[in-house]
Amino acid sequence: MYNFEFQKPGSIEDAVAALRHEDAMPLGGGQTLLPTMKARLASPTRLVSLGGIPGMKGVSSSGDTLIVKGGTTHAIVAREAGGVFPGLAQLASHIGDAAVRSRGTIGGSLANNDPAACYPAAALGTGATIKTDRREIAADEFFQGMFSTALDEGEIITEVRFPIPQAANYQKFLQPASRFAMVGVFVARFADGVRVAVTGAGNDGVFRWSEAESALSSNFSADALAGLSVSADDMIADIHGSGAYRAHLVKELTGRAVLAAS
Amino acid sequence: MPKDSVIGTSTKRREDKRFITGRGQYTDDIVLKDQTYAAFARSDVAHGKIVSIDTSAAEAMPGVLAVFTGEDFAEVGGNPAGWLIHSRDGTPMTEPKRPVLAHGKVRHVGDAYAAVIAETAEQARDAAEAIDATIEELPAIVDLRQAASDTSNRVHDEVASNVCFDWGWIEDNRAAVDEAIKGAPHVTTLELRNNRLSPNPIEPRCSIGDFNPGTEDYTLYTTSQNPHLTRLLVCAFVMGIPENKLRVVAPDVGGGFGSKIYHYGEEALVLAAAKRIGRPVKWTCSRSEAFLTDAHGRDHVTKIELATDFDGNFIAVRTETFANLGAYLSNFATATPTFLHGTLMAGNYTVPNVYVNVKGVFTNTVPVDAYRGAGRPEATFSLERVIDKCARELGIDPIEIRRKNYIKPHQFPYTTPVALEYDTGDYDAVMDRLEAIADLSGFERRLNDSASRGKLRGLGISSYIEACGIAPSNLVGALGGRVGLYDAATVRVNATGTISVMVGAHSHGQSHETTFPQIVADRLGIDESKIEIVHGDTAKIPFGMGTYGSRSLAVCGSAVVRATEKIIAKAKLIAGHMMEAGDAEVDFEDGVFSVRGTNKNVPFGDVALKAYIPHDFPLDRIEPGLEETAFYDPANFTYPSGCYACEVEVDPGTGKVEVMSFAAADDFGNVINPMVVEGQVHGGIAQGIGQALMENAVYDENGQLLSASYMDYTMPRAYDVPMFKVDHSANTPCTHNPLGVKGCGEAGAIGSPPALVNAVIDALQRAGRSSVTHIDMPLTPSRVWDAIHNS
Ligand SMILES: Cc1cc2nc3c(=O)[nH]c(=O)nc-3n(C[C@H](O)[C@H](O)[C@H](O)COP(=O)(O)OP(=O)(O)OC[C@H]3O[C@@H](n4cnc5c(N)ncnc54)[C@H](O)[C@@H]3O)c2cc1C
Repeated sequence: MYNFEFQKPGSIEDAVAALRHEDAMPLGGGQTLLPTMKARLASPTRLVSLGGIPGMKGVSSSGDTLIVKGGTTHAIVAREAGGVFPGLAQLASHIGDAAVRSRGTIGGSLANNDPAACYPAAALGTGATIKTDRREIAADEFFQGMFSTALDEGEIITEVRFPIPQAANYQKFLQPASRFAMVGVFVARFADGVRVAVTGAGNDGVFRWSEAESALSSNFSADALAGLSVSADDMIADIHGSGAYRAHLVKELTGRAVLAAS
Repeated sequence: MPKDSVIGTSTKRREDKRFITGRGQYTDDIVLKDQTYAAFARSDVAHGKIVSIDTSAAEAMPGVLAVFTGEDFAEVGGNPAGWLIHSRDGTPMTEPKRPVLAHGKVRHVGDAYAAVIAETAEQARDAAEAIDATIEELPAIVDLRQAASDTSNRVHDEVASNVCFDWGWIEDNRAAVDEAIKGAPHVTTLELRNNRLSPNPIEPRCSIGDFNPGTEDYTLYTTSQNPHLTRLLVCAFVMGIPENKLRVVAPDVGGGFGSKIYHYGEEALVLAAAKRIGRPVKWTCSRSEAFLTDAHGRDHVTKIELATDFDGNFIAVRTETFANLGAYLSNFATATPTFLHGTLMAGNYTVPNVYVNVKGVFTNTVPVDAYRGAGRPEATFSLERVIDKCARELGIDPIEIRRKNYIKPHQFPYTTPVALEYDTGDYDAVMDRLEAIADLSGFERRLNDSASRGKLRGLGISSYIEACGIAPSNLVGALGGRVGLYDAATVRVNATGTISVMVGAHSHGQSHETTFPQIVADRLGIDESKIEIVHGDTAKIPFGMGTYGSRSLAVCGSAVVRATEKIIAKAKLIAGHMMEAGDAEVDFEDGVFSVRGTNKNVPFGDVALKAYIPHDFPLDRIEPGLEETAFYDPANFTYPSGCYACEVEVDPGTGKVEVMSFAAADDFGNVINPMVVEGQVHGGIAQGIGQALMENAVYDENGQLLSASYMDYTMPRAYDVPMFKVDHSANTPCTHNPLGVKGCGEAGAIGSPPALVNAVIDALQRAGRSSVTHIDMPLTPSRVWDAIHNS
């Protein structure tokens, strides 16, 4: 780790101001950023902790929307979202281990947009809205490829608004070493159709599997997927599995998610 | 001997109190006055010519005290190989120098070419990053077979080829084996890769060098499995320090698995640096550095052929193996794929013809050396896999084919065609135990249950034999070993009757501090809590060879017995004097000396006290004191063996393998502490499951290590392993050591991988995938799924 300044502002405005310093970065739970800094792969000059800002934490619902504040930990979502949106609580409860869940935040996870992270699948799979200190961004616009998002420098995710589906399920197949998603599929069924978002598999990060969405929208059963296939070309291939394997898992897990959500 | 023998009792581990309460003392816990810190500049290319190293910027950085490069060590010796191997044509292996710091060339990613000493660890690291090296990248030599045939691109320019040795065992068998295979009714052939493993002890390496200019004494605190061996290597080969001027201390060590047997350049560097700057120098390895620099394990590419008749009687075994040695010869690297591997290729079986060929090959990867099991897992895996394949081809039950070929109890001592003499064993009895504890008769029911949940169940069996208790010095000497492999113990009875036992073995997870006192307590009839084990400090212990190869109890434990016997003999002299009797009339039982045929007796404690208050000793006959040392050199290896059964479930939709049960029946000879033995077996099997299903150290074609962190290197976790069923009741005591023990440290890691792979193949075969006869380890979900879908 290299030396850096540390700041813990008490309001979103102060945080935004602090982030105007060159090479400053927001600090959420630090579960991604701190290991990266320890390995000397990131060297922010200033960390601006979002942990001291009231109103950045908590889960609430309003009508058919679940609102998760940007600094809410995975553990809290796992504990509190279950009543109205069990699929999201289930997803949060399988991120990392207990220590990671007690510190890592939804804002940090979405901002980081790791291609193997879980939350991006839920955000894209429900068509969530990501609210920042300055605007609202639809999930379909937010994710822009591996580790890349629509966020501007110094922009802070303050809350995420999830449309609550009638039924949803997240199937996570573990990458054996990291226990992130080797492939994760989030299926959500709404009155007006089905959304399917896939994480872990795509070279460009999280994506929607539109053929499956239309098939499932007319027939919400695993059988509806029978004739479909995912191209291996755009899939991640690494020492843990080939593109063809990941493409297969996308379909397999989508079927399992549908079964679990039925 | 006391009536309630403490041998065979599950005394709780006395080590655990300090470890569980955080009171262990590991090398990194040691902070010396005025300590400084070392950091290394390491190559990020696999192969390159060092054109220049500019250290000026680093030298000018805050806190920097000294900078070293390979140039500084050009005149000192290299880190040697401990075993000289001769090729089939009689020529000695090639031995390129392994310098303290890379000089001229870098030969693997992580190869250190410079080091910085600074006031703080961060300053040292910052300055190491500021070293400006120009390294002209050369094509990386990674693929084993290609490396073996490529003579133009070489890891070491000064030797003619990347093949270090081409070893045949036994060369005189070759023609007969070829002939037997040619004429055999049935030949089963299997090509496989034994995957490469990172050792991953939980405590990374750490070394502190200290030099006292007043006395010119050096001290090295280091994470070592064998402090005396490290001292010998540093003094006699690398640095030329007089052996009496170097003390090596290996305090609590958090696991080794082989990787801490060896001497590494970092140890020499901190010593040289401590001398130059006149202050202690500490280096603590990061986990990332550990992946890149700890000696890896296994990495064999093997073709094995098993010739049989149509009834499954073994006729011949022939293997050809390419063994990866990495970029330099680590200390045991040449012994591991040869004498610890080829000599085991007859397994537990009567197979008249065996020939093993091993080519040791240099590549631009970190050195490969012994890793828990060391050579024997490689032999067992090849053999037990090909036997399983053969059984399937011939339609014979896997247990039946093994039993049919087992060496039978009346055949011991049994000399194999690969030159070992097994002293004792009863493999059928062990298999009987396995069949009982694994409830094999209930398999059909479990198979159906799995099927009802959409899972493919399989059952895998393996047997193993290993050569442990390493090793008879005369034998290893004849085979090219450059050291003796005895061990040593000193038993010091203190004046008040407590006992300190100084041992050459080093405990880093093996529980010697608990089990060795049980041996002494048993012999002396005193309470084991009065006995303390001292290990890990060359200033305190006799010259022993350390801990590896399941040798500690069989070799060092035997030395403890011999030293204790000497104590009893001496104490009898003293007791006789006290009771006014000749020592020949003195008996010793349950901690009491008595004169035969009288009611005269003195307890052990009184004799101990007398030994140190010798006011009336006949000094011409009896020396004061009660302290004895024994060196024990074993007459033969010991031969633990066992039978393992594993049941798995395969998810056909994802290829994921779940280990449903694991049963291990082992013959370890006599057992001193059953709880400790079970713990060793549990750990070994967990490690074997890791190798079979998960662990894989992978270099890409440029020699970059792709699995260089826990994000990509998969370790087994508690929930990956089932509850183990362990049995060691069918034992045949070793015939040639005083304890009748064989060793249990590596067994689990040796016997488990083939059982597990056999189980997965069985599951796929039962599901109709008849073309799947082998999958290379690790059997990751993707590999298993590929096998299912490409069949
Ligand atoms: C052992 C381990 C296992 C894990 N397993 C999983 C897993 O299975 N699935 C999974 O999805 N993740 C996993 N993670 C990642 C974990 O979920 C992280 O918590 C998460 O990715 C980052 O959240 P954080 O709050 O810790 O962010 P930080 O590490 O603090 O920050 C990450 C990035 O986001 C930025 N940032 C943080 N908060 C905000 C904000 N509110 N607005 C804008 N930018 C922000 C930071 O500047 C930084 O660039 C794992 C992590 C570890 C250490």
